[in-house]
Amino acid sequence: MTRMSTETFSENAKAALRDAQLRGALRHATTLFGRKRREAAASVSNWEELRNEARAIKDEVLSQLDRYLETFVTNAEKRGAKIHWARDAAEANDIICQLTLAHGARNVVKSKSMTTEEIHLNTALERAGMQVVETDLGEYIIQLAGEIPSHIIAPAIHKTKRQIAELFTTELGMPPTDDVNALTSTARATLRQRFAAADIGISGVNFGIAETGTIVIVENEGNIRLTTSLPRTHIAVMGIEKLLPRFADLDIFFKLLPRSAAGQALSTYQSFITGTKRNASDEGPDELHILLLDNGRSRMLAHPVTRQSLACIRCGACLNACPVYQQVGGHAYGSVYPGPIGSVITPQLIGIQKAAQLPYASSLCGACREVCPVKIDIPRLLLHLRSEISRTQRSGRARERLAFKFWAFAMMRPWVYETTARVGRGFQRWFKSPLKAWTNARDLRPIEAESFREQWRRTR
Amino acid sequence: MKVSLFITCLVDQLWSSVGTSCVEVLRRAGCEVEFDERQTCCGQPAFNTGYRDEARQVAKRFIEIFEASTADAIVSPSGSCTAMVHHFPELFGEDPQWLERARSVGSRTYEFSSFLIRVLKVEDVGATWNGRLTWHDACHGLRDLNIKSEPRRLIRNVRGAEFVEIENAESCCGFGGTFSVKYPEISVAILDQKIEAIERAGVEAVVSGDASCLMQIGGRLSRKGSGIRVMHLAELLNHR
Repeated sequence: MTRMSTETFSENAKAALRDAQLRGALRHATTLFGRKRREAAASVSNWEELRNEARAIKDEVLSQLDRYLETFVTNAEKRGAKIHWARDAAEANDIICQLTLAHGARNVVKSKSMTTEEIHLNTALERAGMQVVETDLGEYIIQLAGEIPSHIIAPAIHKTKRQIAELFTTELGMPPTDDVNALTSTARATLRQRFAAADIGISGVNFGIAETGTIVIVENEGNIRLTTSLPRTHIAVMGIEKLLPRFADLDIFFKLLPRSAAGQALSTYQSFITGTKRNASDEGPDELHILLLDNGRSRMLAHPVTRQSLACIRCGACLNACPVYQQVGGHAYGSVYPGPIGSVITPQLIGIQKAAQLPYASSLCGACREVCPVKIDIPRLLLHLRSEISRTQRSGRARERLAFKFWAFAMMRPWVYETTARVGRGFQRWFKSPLKAWTNARDLRPIEAESFREQWRRTR
Repeated sequence: MKVSLFITCLVDQLWSSVGTSCVEVLRRAGCEVEFDERQTCCGQPAFNTGYRDEARQVAKRFIEIFEASTADAIVSPSGSCTAMVHHFPELFGEDPQWLERARSVGSRTYEFSSFLIRVLKVEDVGATWNGRLTWHDACHGLRDLNIKSEPRRLIRNVRGAEFVEIENAESCCGFGGTFSVKYPEISVAILDQKIEAIERAGVEAVVSGDASCLMQIGGRLSRKGSGIRVMHLAELLNHR
């Protein structure tokens, strides 16, 4: 499958709209996730309060991120973790590849992590000669298919049961079946062997606790437990924004995250990892490496408007709620982070020039803001990015720029406004082709024979 | 109570009956209605497309015109344009004087249905309309201005009207201003989910608080040759 690009969003989206299977899968999944989230949120009496508190905690961390990072690092190192800092994706991949090579590793197991998707770690590891296996079922499926995730928490949301069965037949040689249990047990059996053979386990991080140096990871399948405990070495890749000040803060985030993500009261597994094992005879990895990744985050942090992008806890609720995502799915965005929050983050990660279509891929309906557990004002961020784009990107926008110059000229002068409307009224019958984008599928309401203000003048 | 009408450019030029209905309903509710003919647009098209300088220019003009009015309230038949006026302060982050003026005008600006219910405390305007109808929550009214029960209370008091909810009343219709022509295929795909629910509801009319959504929904219904009509809340409330 060819990888879609952020620069071809419009074409990607059109192709997605023609894919009936994809749209069926999306409709089913986003409706289900949406309903489950609503019910789970309604089951907590102080949901709104929790959202405010969570956001306040995130704001606290982000306002003094340097200090919290130092505290986190000091405490993690005290418990035996080794800390690495990476400015960007290339640096992060280098560090991780060198670690794996230095350990003479061949087999790497990975648990689901958007951050490692963001830096395209698998490609780098494979180039370094590693055998990399994704152990989250959804991630495993898309790895077999050679795709990127199409959803933050449900990477294979775009695939139907039948498509997965066909994939398992071609890739794993299993007899054709549509029995979900048979499919999952085949994946499980294959993955167990990989776990047993793994030299290194690589995970992401949901929360880093500054006061204890603990990393916290939530999941439902148990594969993260295995990834972080079975191999001799565990590497955790963590965006620098993932910190919480106190262990007790988890109380709020454990209520918000699973409910927003999958409509669960609690994830099946919560793993708390504080440094390495205390005694040589204890179980667990000998080494814990925590890689702290910037990759554009400090740039987001620096701007007072974009800073709130870093409050995101990657629950994916905004994707399910977004009318655009519901129609086109994640791949159309051409980025690891799709949907509303993706349209906010991606341009800031890879540059607004390369992702200039994404901030416009929204009707600004605000459904994303309504469901966001940390109350990120996504529409406001999209508007900010749009203004950045129109301010900095001149080429290809000459007509639009001119149109708004004239628009402002007319709106500043009622007589120009009225004359333009009158001219439009007289000539609209011949004015067809520029309106095609509208009229291809919708009738256009004509300019009235008598405007409201004309009637007002006539009748008062 | 004296009311200054902010009619919006869309209603002015494309849906004048929404404006005249507003005037009628407000007068019937006891308001003195004025209309300042210098008004044009609130600046939303430019603001939403990223042209802040142009939006700021037009917003300043809007503020100058409406702050001069002696009316008790500025009322608009659009949740979206009202929300834009409430967003004005975002345009004047570095200008305390204009920021204050923007806030002051914003605090006096109301969307039509919320003005009737919250300010005038009127729930029944004496309207009659015979038939089955449903309501579409326009996004900015719903999510920026928190308008949900107000139009429903007004509709329930329309004699002869049988009000039914569609399951996706709160979902976007896919309009989104320039979004509807930048990504027309996505816009229409979103719209079709709305249309599906409307058709299933077996209604004769869809009512909403924003002419833009009604243009979108109505444009598709009429293209499909549907007999279902679209109506602004002001038009419904003015029907006797």
